[in-house]
Amino acid sequence: MTGRLEAWLYVAQRGSAFVLAPLVVVHLATMIYAIRGGLSAEEILSRTEDSAVWGSVYGLFVAAVAVHAPIGVRSIVREMTPWKGRSLDVAALLFCALIVVLGVRAVGALL
Amino acid sequence: MSGREPPEPELVVEIWRGRESGEFVPYRVARRENQTVLDVVSHVQRRIDPTLSYRFACRVGMCGSCAMTVNGIPRWTCRTRVDRVAGNGRVRIGPLRNMPVIRDLAVDMAPFFDKWQRATGRFVPSDADNRRTFARVPPGSRERQAADAGIECIGCGVCYAACDVVAWNSDYLGPAALNRVWTLVNDSRDGARREHLAAAAGDAGCHQCHSHQACMSYCPKGLNPTAAIAGLKRETVKSLLRGEL
Amino acid sequence: MGGMKYAIASRNHPVYWAFVLHRASGLALAVFVPVHLYTLSLAVREAARFDAFLEWTENPLVKGGEALLVLLLAGHLAGGLRLLALEFLEWRDWQKSIVAITLGIAAACGLLFLMNAP
Ligand code: SF4
Ligand code: SF4
Ligand code: FES
Repeated sequence: MTGRLEAWLYVAQRGSAFVLAPLVVVHLATMIYAIRGGLSAEEILSRTEDSAVWGSVYGLFVAAVAVHAPIGVRSIVREMTPWKGRSLDVAALLFCALIVVLGVRAVGALL
Repeated sequence: MSGREPPEPELVVEIWRGRESGEFVPYRVARRENQTVLDVVSHVQRRIDPTLSYRFACRVGMCGSCAMTVNGIPRWTCRTRVDRVAGNGRVRIGPLRNMPVIRDLAVDMAPFFDKWQRATGRFVPSDADNRRTFARVPPGSRERQAADAGIECIGCGVCYAACDVVAWNSDYLGPAALNRVWTLVNDSRDGARREHLAAAAGDAGCHQCHSHQACMSYCPKGLNPTAAIAGLKRETVKSLLRGEL
Repeated sequence: MGGMKYAIASRNHPVYWAFVLHRASGLALAVFVPVHLYTLSLAVREAARFDAFLEWTENPLVKGGEALLVLLLAGHLAGGLRLLALEFLEWRDWQKSIVAITLGIAAACGLLFLMNAP
Protein backbone atom coordinates (compact mmCIF):
# COMPACT_ATOMS: atom_id res chain seq x y z
CA MET A 1 0.00 0.00 0.00
CA THR A 2 2.66 2.52 0.95
CA GLY A 3 4.42 1.52 -2.24
CA ARG A 4 1.38 2.55 -4.22
CA LEU A 5 1.13 5.82 -2.30
CA GLU A 6 4.75 6.64 -3.10
CA ALA A 7 4.20 5.74 -6.74
CA TRP A 8 1.10 7.96 -6.95
CA LEU A 9 2.95 10.82 -5.28
CA TYR A 10 5.70 10.36 -7.85
CA VAL A 11 3.14 10.56 -10.66
CA ALA A 12 1.57 13.67 -9.12
CA GLN A 13 4.96 15.30 -8.60
CA ARG A 14 6.23 14.70 -12.13
CA GLY A 15 2.80 15.32 -13.67
CA SER A 16 2.50 18.71 -11.98
CA ALA A 17 6.07 19.44 -13.06
CA PHE A 18 5.06 18.89 -16.69
CA VAL A 19 2.19 21.36 -16.21
CA LEU A 20 4.36 23.85 -14.35
CA ALA A 21 7.23 23.96 -16.83
CA PRO A 22 5.47 26.02 -19.55
CA LEU A 23 3.59 28.09 -16.95
CA VAL A 24 6.83 29.08 -15.22
CA VAL A 25 8.29 30.10 -18.58
CA VAL A 26 5.24 32.33 -19.13
CA HIS A 27 5.48 33.67 -15.60
CA LEU A 28 9.18 34.48 -15.92
CA ALA A 29 8.62 36.18 -19.27
CA THR A 30 5.68 38.26 -17.99
CA MET A 31 7.62 39.21 -14.92
CA ILE A 32 10.65 40.38 -16.83
CA TYR A 33 8.36 42.27 -19.22
CA ALA A 34 6.03 43.69 -16.54
CA ILE A 35 8.64 45.31 -14.35
CA ARG A 36 9.83 47.58 -17.15
CA GLY A 37 8.81 51.09 -16.19
CA GLY A 38 7.73 50.12 -12.70
CA LEU A 39 4.95 48.05 -11.24
CA SER A 40 1.64 49.27 -9.82
CA ALA A 41 -1.57 47.65 -8.63
CA GLU A 42 -3.44 49.43 -11.40
CA GLU A 43 -1.05 48.23 -14.03
CA ILE A 44 -1.27 44.59 -12.92
CA LEU A 45 -5.06 44.76 -12.79
CA SER A 46 -5.37 46.35 -16.21
CA ARG A 47 -3.62 43.31 -17.62
CA THR A 48 -5.52 40.65 -15.73
CA GLU A 49 -8.99 42.05 -15.01
CA ASP A 50 -11.79 40.24 -16.85
CA SER A 51 -9.28 38.14 -18.70
CA ALA A 52 -10.36 34.54 -18.94
CA VAL A 53 -6.94 33.63 -20.30
CA TRP A 54 -4.96 35.05 -17.38
CA GLY A 55 -7.58 33.75 -14.98
CA SER A 56 -7.21 30.20 -16.18
CA VAL A 57 -3.44 30.40 -16.54
CA TYR A 58 -3.02 31.53 -12.94
CA GLY A 59 -5.75 29.16 -11.71
CA LEU A 60 -3.94 26.22 -13.27
CA PHE A 61 -0.66 27.56 -11.93
CA VAL A 62 -1.98 27.66 -8.37
CA ALA A 63 -3.43 24.15 -8.65
CA ALA A 64 -0.18 22.72 -9.97
CA VAL A 65 1.89 24.45 -7.29
CA ALA A 66 -0.48 23.18 -4.61
CA VAL A 67 0.28 19.63 -5.78
CA HIS A 68 3.98 20.08 -6.50
CA ALA A 69 5.28 22.00 -3.48
CA PRO A 70 3.82 19.91 -0.60
CA ILE A 71 5.10 16.65 -2.12
CA GLY A 72 8.58 18.10 -2.49
CA VAL A 73 8.65 19.53 1.02
CA ARG A 74 7.35 16.21 2.40
CA SER A 75 10.30 14.37 0.81
CA ILE A 76 12.79 16.85 2.23
CA VAL A 77 11.31 16.56 5.71
CA ARG A 78 11.22 12.75 5.53
CA GLU A 79 14.86 12.56 4.54
CA MET A 80 16.45 15.31 6.53
CA THR A 81 14.46 15.31 9.78
CA PRO A 82 13.14 12.49 11.98
CA TRP A 83 9.54 13.51 11.18
CA LYS A 84 7.74 10.82 9.10
CA GLY A 85 4.42 9.04 8.94
CA ARG A 86 0.77 10.00 9.06
CA SER A 87 1.18 13.32 10.86
CA LEU A 88 3.61 14.50 8.21
CA ASP A 89 1.21 13.46 5.43
CA VAL A 90 -1.56 15.46 7.13
CA ALA A 91 0.75 18.46 7.45
CA ALA A 92 1.55 18.22 3.73
CA LEU A 93 -2.18 18.17 2.95
CA LEU A 94 -2.67 21.27 5.11
CA PHE A 95 0.13 23.01 3.23
CA CYS A 96 -1.63 22.09 -0.01
CA ALA A 97 -4.89 23.56 1.34
CA LEU A 98 -3.11 26.75 2.40
CA ILE A 99 -1.77 27.28 -1.10
CA VAL A 100 -5.20 26.59 -2.62
CA VAL A 101 -6.95 29.07 -0.28
CA LEU A 102 -4.38 31.84 -0.70
CA GLY A 103 -4.19 31.13 -4.41
CA VAL A 104 -7.94 31.30 -4.98
CA ARG A 105 -8.03 34.59 -3.07
CA ALA A 106 -5.17 36.01 -5.10
CA VAL A 107 -6.51 34.92 -8.47
CA GLY A 108 -9.97 36.14 -7.45
CA ALA A 109 -8.50 39.52 -6.55
CA LEU A 110 -6.77 39.84 -9.89
CA LEU A 111 -9.88 39.22 -11.98
CA MET B 1 58.98 -2.25 10.06
CA SER B 2 62.02 -4.45 10.56
CA GLY B 3 65.48 -2.91 10.35
CA ARG B 4 66.58 -0.27 7.89
CA GLU B 5 64.24 2.30 6.39
CA PRO B 6 63.98 1.85 2.65
CA PRO B 7 65.44 4.67 0.59
CA GLU B 8 62.29 5.08 -1.53
CA PRO B 9 59.77 7.85 -0.87
CA GLU B 10 57.24 7.13 1.84
CA LEU B 11 53.53 7.33 1.97
CA VAL B 12 51.59 8.29 5.07
CA VAL B 13 48.41 6.24 5.27
CA GLU B 14 45.81 6.94 7.90
CA ILE B 15 43.69 3.88 8.52
CA TRP B 16 40.48 3.71 10.52
CA ARG B 17 40.88 1.59 13.66
CA GLY B 18 37.82 0.74 15.70
CA ARG B 19 34.12 0.31 15.05
CA GLU B 20 31.55 3.09 14.75
CA SER B 21 33.81 4.97 17.11
CA GLY B 22 37.53 4.81 16.76
CA GLU B 23 40.26 6.87 15.17
CA PHE B 24 42.44 7.22 12.09
CA VAL B 25 45.90 5.87 12.87
CA PRO B 26 48.84 6.98 10.70
CA TYR B 27 51.26 4.39 9.27
CA ARG B 28 54.32 4.91 7.13
CA VAL B 29 54.60 2.66 4.12
CA ALA B 30 57.23 2.58 1.40
CA ARG B 31 55.91 3.87 -1.86
CA ARG B 32 56.32 1.48 -4.78
CA GLU B 33 55.50 1.64 -8.42
CA ASN B 34 52.08 0.27 -9.41
CA GLN B 35 51.15 -0.10 -5.77
CA THR B 36 47.42 -0.43 -5.14
CA VAL B 37 45.55 0.78 -2.09
CA LEU B 38 44.95 -2.87 -1.19
CA ASP B 39 48.73 -3.49 -1.35
CA VAL B 40 49.20 -0.72 1.18
CA VAL B 41 46.56 -2.10 3.54
CA SER B 42 48.01 -5.63 3.21
CA HIS B 43 51.49 -4.29 3.94
CA VAL B 44 50.28 -2.63 7.13
CA GLN B 45 48.51 -5.80 8.25
CA ARG B 46 51.43 -8.14 7.45
CA ARG B 47 54.37 -5.99 8.53
CA ILE B 48 53.15 -3.41 11.02
CA ASP B 49 49.99 -4.46 12.84
CA PRO B 50 48.55 -7.95 12.32
CA THR B 51 45.36 -7.03 14.18
CA LEU B 52 44.16 -4.80 11.31
CA SER B 53 40.89 -6.22 9.94
CA TYR B 54 39.98 -5.88 6.29
CA ARG B 55 38.58 -8.02 3.52
CA PHE B 56 39.68 -9.10 0.07
CA ALA B 57 39.70 -12.22 -2.06
CA CYS B 58 40.41 -12.10 -5.76
CA ARG B 59 42.72 -9.05 -6.08
CA VAL B 60 41.69 -8.67 -9.71
CA GLY B 61 38.39 -6.81 -9.55
CA MET B 62 36.01 -9.73 -9.72
CA CYS B 63 34.78 -10.62 -6.25
CA GLY B 64 33.70 -7.21 -4.98
CA SER B 65 34.94 -7.73 -1.43
CA CYS B 66 37.71 -5.14 -1.11
CA ALA B 67 35.80 -1.86 -1.30
CA MET B 68 36.78 0.86 1.18
CA THR B 69 36.51 4.60 1.48
CA VAL B 70 39.68 6.17 0.12
CA ASN B 71 40.10 9.90 0.74
CA GLY B 72 36.34 10.22 1.13
CA ILE B 73 35.40 8.28 -2.00
CA PRO B 74 34.26 4.64 -2.10
CA ARG B 75 36.56 2.54 -4.31
CA TRP B 76 37.55 -1.02 -5.10
CA THR B 77 40.98 -1.00 -3.51
CA CYS B 78 42.53 -3.89 -5.45
CA ARG B 79 42.19 -1.94 -8.68
CA THR B 80 42.87 1.54 -7.32
CA ARG B 81 46.44 2.68 -7.78
CA VAL B 82 47.95 4.76 -5.03
CA ASP B 83 49.25 7.20 -7.67
CA ARG B 84 45.70 8.04 -8.60
CA VAL B 85 44.53 8.95 -5.12
CA ALA B 86 47.60 10.17 -3.22
CA GLY B 87 48.37 13.48 -4.86
CA ASN B 88 49.97 14.95 -1.75
CA GLY B 89 51.46 11.74 -0.42
CA ARG B 90 48.64 11.20 2.07
CA VAL B 91 45.91 8.62 1.92
CA ARG B 92 43.07 8.19 4.38
CA ILE B 93 41.38 4.79 4.30
CA GLY B 94 38.13 4.04 6.08
CA PRO B 95 35.38 1.44 5.92
CA LEU B 96 32.50 1.88 3.45
CA ARG B 97 29.79 4.33 4.44
CA ASN B 98 26.16 3.26 5.06
CA MET B 99 27.00 -0.20 6.44
CA PRO B 100 27.67 -1.19 10.04
CA VAL B 101 31.39 -1.37 10.80
CA ILE B 102 32.45 -4.78 12.12
CA ARG B 103 35.99 -3.73 12.80
CA ASP B 104 38.52 -1.40 11.17
CA LEU B 105 37.98 -1.66 7.41
CA ALA B 106 35.53 -4.58 7.41
CA VAL B 107 31.83 -3.72 7.21
CA ASP B 108 28.80 -5.92 7.62
CA MET B 109 27.37 -6.30 4.12
CA ALA B 110 24.33 -8.31 5.26
CA PRO B 111 21.91 -5.36 5.12
CA PHE B 112 23.15 -4.60 1.60
CA PHE B 113 22.52 -8.16 0.36
CA ASP B 114 19.26 -8.53 2.32
CA LYS B 115 17.94 -5.71 0.23
CA TRP B 116 18.67 -7.66 -2.97
CA GLN B 117 16.32 -10.30 -1.60
CA ARG B 118 13.70 -7.74 -0.59
CA ALA B 119 13.93 -6.23 -4.06
CA THR B 120 13.27 -9.72 -5.54
CA GLY B 121 16.68 -9.74 -7.17
CA ARG B 122 16.31 -13.40 -8.08
CA PHE B 123 15.78 -14.81 -11.54
CA VAL B 124 12.43 -16.60 -11.81
CA PRO B 125 12.24 -18.82 -14.90
CA SER B 126 9.11 -18.10 -16.88
CA ASP B 127 8.69 -21.66 -18.10
CA ALA B 128 8.45 -23.06 -14.58
CA ASP B 129 6.27 -25.96 -15.68
CA ASN B 130 8.50 -26.95 -18.51
CA ARG B 131 12.10 -26.27 -17.63
CA ARG B 132 13.46 -28.36 -20.42
CA THR B 133 12.69 -25.77 -23.06
CA PHE B 134 15.67 -23.78 -24.16
CA ALA B 135 15.15 -20.02 -24.36
CA ARG B 136 16.52 -18.57 -27.56
CA VAL B 137 17.56 -14.97 -26.96
CA PRO B 138 19.80 -13.53 -29.67
CA PRO B 139 22.68 -11.77 -27.87
CA GLY B 140 22.44 -8.82 -30.24
CA SER B 141 18.72 -8.26 -29.68
CA ARG B 142 17.59 -4.99 -28.12
CA GLU B 143 15.97 -6.69 -25.15
CA ARG B 144 19.06 -8.74 -24.35
CA GLN B 145 21.28 -5.68 -24.59
CA ALA B 146 18.97 -3.82 -22.21
CA ALA B 147 19.31 -6.66 -19.70
CA ASP B 148 23.07 -6.96 -20.29
CA ALA B 149 23.63 -3.27 -19.55
CA GLY B 150 23.50 -3.88 -15.82
CA ILE B 151 24.59 -7.49 -15.57
CA GLU B 152 28.27 -7.06 -14.71
CA CYS B 153 27.68 -5.94 -11.11
CA ILE B 154 30.17 -7.49 -8.69
CA GLY B 155 28.21 -6.57 -5.58
CA CYS B 156 30.98 -4.43 -4.16
CA GLY B 157 28.67 -1.95 -2.42
CA VAL B 158 30.52 1.11 -3.73
CA CYS B 159 27.34 2.63 -5.15
CA TYR B 160 25.45 1.87 -1.96
CA ALA B 161 28.12 3.61 0.11
CA ALA B 162 28.02 6.65 -2.19
CA CYS B 163 24.23 7.05 -2.11
CA ASP B 164 22.85 9.73 0.19
CA VAL B 165 19.33 8.39 0.00
CA VAL B 166 20.59 5.22 1.69
CA ALA B 167 22.12 7.40 4.40
CA TRP B 168 18.85 9.30 4.88
CA ASN B 169 16.44 6.37 4.63
CA SER B 170 17.98 3.19 5.97
CA ASP B 171 15.23 1.11 4.32
CA TYR B 172 16.01 2.38 0.82
CA LEU B 173 16.86 -0.61 -1.37
CA GLY B 174 19.74 1.24 -2.96
CA PRO B 175 21.28 1.41 -6.42
CA ALA B 176 22.75 -2.10 -6.68
CA ALA B 177 19.60 -4.00 -5.72
CA LEU B 178 17.43 -1.83 -7.96
CA ASN B 179 19.90 -2.18 -10.82
CA ARG B 180 19.62 -5.95 -10.38
CA VAL B 181 15.81 -5.83 -10.51
CA TRP B 182 16.00 -3.78 -13.68
CA THR B 183 18.11 -6.42 -15.43
CA LEU B 184 15.46 -9.00 -14.47
CA VAL B 185 12.60 -6.80 -15.66
CA ASN B 186 14.42 -6.60 -18.99
CA ASP B 187 15.17 -10.31 -19.12
CA SER B 188 12.68 -11.93 -21.46
CA ARG B 189 13.20 -15.31 -19.77
CA ASP B 190 12.10 -14.00 -16.38
CA GLY B 191 8.53 -14.80 -15.40
CA ALA B 192 8.00 -12.51 -12.40
CA ARG B 193 7.93 -9.09 -13.97
CA ARG B 194 4.93 -7.92 -11.92
CA GLU B 195 6.48 -9.03 -8.64
CA HIS B 196 9.77 -7.36 -9.55
CA LEU B 197 8.05 -4.08 -10.35
CA ALA B 198 5.93 -4.20 -7.20
CA ALA B 199 9.02 -4.78 -5.06
CA ALA B 200 10.90 -1.99 -6.83
CA ALA B 201 8.05 0.47 -6.24
CA GLY B 202 7.78 0.04 -2.47
CA ASP B 203 8.09 2.73 0.15
CA ALA B 204 11.84 2.16 0.03
CA GLY B 205 12.04 1.70 -3.72
CA CYS B 206 12.90 3.46 -6.95
CA HIS B 207 10.73 6.55 -6.41
CA GLN B 208 12.94 7.62 -3.52
CA CYS B 209 15.96 8.02 -5.81
CA HIS B 210 16.93 11.61 -6.59
CA SER B 211 18.97 10.79 -9.69
CA HIS B 212 22.04 12.51 -8.34
CA GLN B 213 24.20 9.89 -9.99
CA ALA B 214 26.67 9.28 -7.20
CA CYS B 215 26.21 5.56 -7.88
CA MET B 216 27.09 5.76 -11.56
CA SER B 217 29.94 8.18 -10.91
CA TYR B 218 31.76 5.72 -8.66
CA CYS B 219 30.67 2.25 -9.81
CA PRO B 220 34.00 0.58 -10.65
CA LYS B 221 32.35 -1.52 -13.35
CA GLY B 222 31.05 1.57 -15.11
CA LEU B 223 27.43 0.55 -14.62
CA ASN B 224 24.67 3.12 -14.55
CA PRO B 225 22.20 2.37 -11.73
CA THR B 226 20.69 5.86 -12.14
CA ALA B 227 19.51 4.94 -15.63
CA ALA B 228 18.28 1.56 -14.40
CA ILE B 229 16.27 3.24 -11.64
CA ALA B 230 14.87 5.77 -14.11
CA GLY B 231 13.73 2.79 -16.18
CA LEU B 232 12.06 1.27 -13.13
CA LYS B 233 10.31 4.57 -12.44
CA ARG B 234 8.86 4.57 -15.95
CA GLU B 235 7.81 0.92 -15.92
CA THR B 236 6.32 1.02 -12.41
CA VAL B 237 4.29 4.09 -13.36
CA LYS B 238 3.00 2.27 -16.43
CA SER B 239 1.94 -0.73 -14.39
CA LEU B 240 0.46 1.56 -11.71
CA LEU B 241 -1.71 3.24 -14.33
CA ARG B 242 -2.71 -0.17 -15.66
CA GLY B 243 -3.77 -1.08 -12.11
CA GLU B 244 -1.23 -3.88 -11.82
CA LEU B 245 0.92 -2.54 -9.01
CA MET C 1 38.61 7.96 19.98
CA GLY C 2 35.54 9.40 18.38
CA GLY C 3 33.01 9.08 15.58
CA MET C 4 34.26 8.77 12.04
CA LYS C 5 34.72 12.30 10.80
CA TYR C 6 35.88 12.86 7.31
CA ALA C 7 34.69 14.79 4.32
CA ILE C 8 32.28 12.85 2.14
CA ALA C 9 34.25 13.70 -0.98
CA SER C 10 31.97 11.50 -3.09
CA ARG C 11 29.42 14.33 -2.92
CA ASN C 12 31.71 16.65 -4.79
CA HIS C 13 30.53 16.08 -8.35
CA PRO C 14 28.50 18.39 -10.60
CA VAL C 15 25.26 16.43 -10.52
CA TYR C 16 25.31 16.38 -6.72
CA TRP C 17 25.63 20.16 -6.64
CA ALA C 18 22.75 20.37 -9.10
CA PHE C 19 20.72 18.27 -6.66
CA VAL C 20 21.63 20.56 -3.73
CA LEU C 21 20.60 23.65 -5.71
CA HIS C 22 17.35 21.99 -6.79
CA ARG C 23 16.49 21.09 -3.21
CA ALA C 24 17.44 24.48 -1.74
CA SER C 25 15.64 26.47 -4.44
CA GLY C 26 12.55 24.26 -4.14
CA LEU C 27 12.40 24.77 -0.40
CA ALA C 28 12.90 28.54 -0.70
CA LEU C 29 10.18 28.77 -3.35
CA ALA C 30 7.78 26.71 -1.23
CA VAL C 31 8.25 29.19 1.62
CA PHE C 32 7.88 32.16 -0.71
CA VAL C 33 4.72 31.01 -2.54
CA PRO C 34 2.23 31.59 0.33
CA VAL C 35 3.74 35.03 1.05
CA HIS C 36 3.59 35.92 -2.62
CA LEU C 37 -0.04 34.86 -3.01
CA TYR C 38 -1.02 36.73 0.15
CA THR C 39 0.54 40.03 -0.96
CA LEU C 40 -0.99 39.63 -4.42
CA SER C 41 -4.48 39.35 -3.01
CA LEU C 42 -3.92 42.78 -1.46
CA ALA C 43 -3.81 44.16 -4.99
CA VAL C 44 -7.52 44.78 -5.24
CA ARG C 45 -8.74 44.76 -1.69
CA GLU C 46 -6.33 47.49 -0.68
CA ALA C 47 -4.69 49.02 -3.69
CA ALA C 48 -3.07 51.72 -1.56
CA ARG C 49 -1.40 49.23 0.74
CA PHE C 50 -0.25 47.18 -2.21
CA ASP C 51 1.32 50.21 -3.83
CA ALA C 52 3.00 51.04 -0.55
CA PHE C 53 4.27 47.49 -0.52
CA LEU C 54 5.53 47.86 -4.07
CA GLU C 55 7.33 51.02 -3.02
CA TRP C 56 9.05 49.04 -0.31
CA THR C 57 10.23 46.65 -3.00
CA GLU C 58 12.11 49.56 -4.64
CA ASN C 59 14.66 49.17 -1.86
CA PRO C 60 17.82 47.78 -3.50
CA LEU C 61 18.07 45.03 -0.91
CA VAL C 62 14.55 43.88 -1.64
CA LYS C 63 15.28 44.17 -5.37
CA GLY C 64 18.24 41.89 -4.83
CA GLY C 65 16.02 39.44 -2.96
CA GLU C 66 13.51 39.48 -5.81
CA ALA C 67 16.23 38.88 -8.37
CA LEU C 68 17.40 35.97 -6.25
CA LEU C 69 13.89 34.51 -6.28
CA VAL C 70 13.74 34.87 -10.06
CA LEU C 71 17.09 33.12 -10.21
CA LEU C 72 15.84 30.35 -7.92
CA LEU C 73 12.66 29.90 -9.95
CA ALA C 74 14.59 29.76 -13.22
CA GLY C 75 17.13 27.42 -11.66
CA HIS C 76 14.47 25.13 -10.25
CA LEU C 77 12.74 25.08 -13.64
CA ALA C 78 15.92 24.31 -15.53
CA GLY C 79 16.96 21.64 -13.03
CA GLY C 80 13.48 20.16 -13.13
CA LEU C 81 13.52 19.94 -16.91
CA ARG C 82 16.84 18.12 -16.61
CA LEU C 83 15.29 15.59 -14.23
CA LEU C 84 12.26 15.07 -16.46
CA ALA C 85 14.55 14.49 -19.43
CA LEU C 86 16.68 12.09 -17.43
CA GLU C 87 13.73 10.08 -16.16
CA PHE C 88 11.45 10.05 -19.16
CA LEU C 89 13.79 9.97 -22.14
CA GLU C 90 16.20 7.19 -22.98
CA TRP C 91 19.52 7.64 -21.25
CA ARG C 92 22.01 9.75 -23.17
CA ASP C 93 25.55 10.58 -22.41
CA TRP C 94 24.82 14.29 -22.55
CA GLN C 95 23.40 14.13 -19.04
CA LYS C 96 26.48 15.75 -17.55
CA SER C 97 26.59 18.71 -19.92
CA ILE C 98 22.94 19.44 -19.20
CA VAL C 99 23.89 20.58 -15.71
CA ALA C 100 26.00 23.35 -17.21
CA ILE C 101 23.26 24.30 -19.66
CA THR C 102 20.64 24.56 -16.90
CA LEU C 103 22.90 26.79 -14.80
CA GLY C 104 23.36 29.02 -17.84
CA ILE C 105 19.62 29.35 -18.39
CA ALA C 106 19.03 30.27 -14.75
CA ALA C 107 21.79 32.87 -14.74
CA ALA C 108 20.45 34.41 -17.94
CA CYS C 109 16.96 34.81 -16.46
CA GLY C 110 18.29 36.49 -13.32
CA LEU C 111 20.38 38.91 -15.38
CA LEU C 112 17.47 39.80 -17.67
CA PHE C 113 15.34 40.55 -14.62
CA LEU C 114 17.97 42.82 -13.10
CA MET C 115 18.61 44.61 -16.39
CA ASN C 116 14.92 45.30 -16.87
CA ALA C 117 14.31 46.44 -13.32
CA PRO C 118 13.84 50.22 -13.21
S1 SF4 D 1 21.09 8.24 -8.42
FE1 SF4 D 1 19.65 7.36 -6.95
S2 SF4 D 1 20.51 5.39 -6.36
FE2 SF4 D 1 22.15 6.56 -7.38
S3 SF4 D 1 23.23 7.55 -5.71
FE3 SF4 D 1 21.66 9.00 -6.37
S4 SF4 D 1 19.84 8.59 -5.11
FE4 SF4 D 1 21.27 6.86 -4.86
S1 SF4 E 1 26.45 -1.51 -9.32
FE1 SF4 E 1 28.65 -1.13 -9.48
S2 SF4 E 1 29.17 -0.11 -7.55
FE2 SF4 E 1 27.18 -1.04 -7.25
S3 SF4 E 1 27.59 -3.03 -6.32
FE3 SF4 E 1 27.46 -3.35 -8.53
S4 SF4 E 1 29.55 -3.16 -9.28
FE4 SF4 E 1 29.54 -2.31 -7.22
S1 FES F 1 39.66 -8.17 -4.09
FE1 FES F 1 38.13 -8.92 -5.41
S2 FES F 1 37.36 -7.08 -6.30
FE2 FES F 1 39.05 -6.35 -5.11
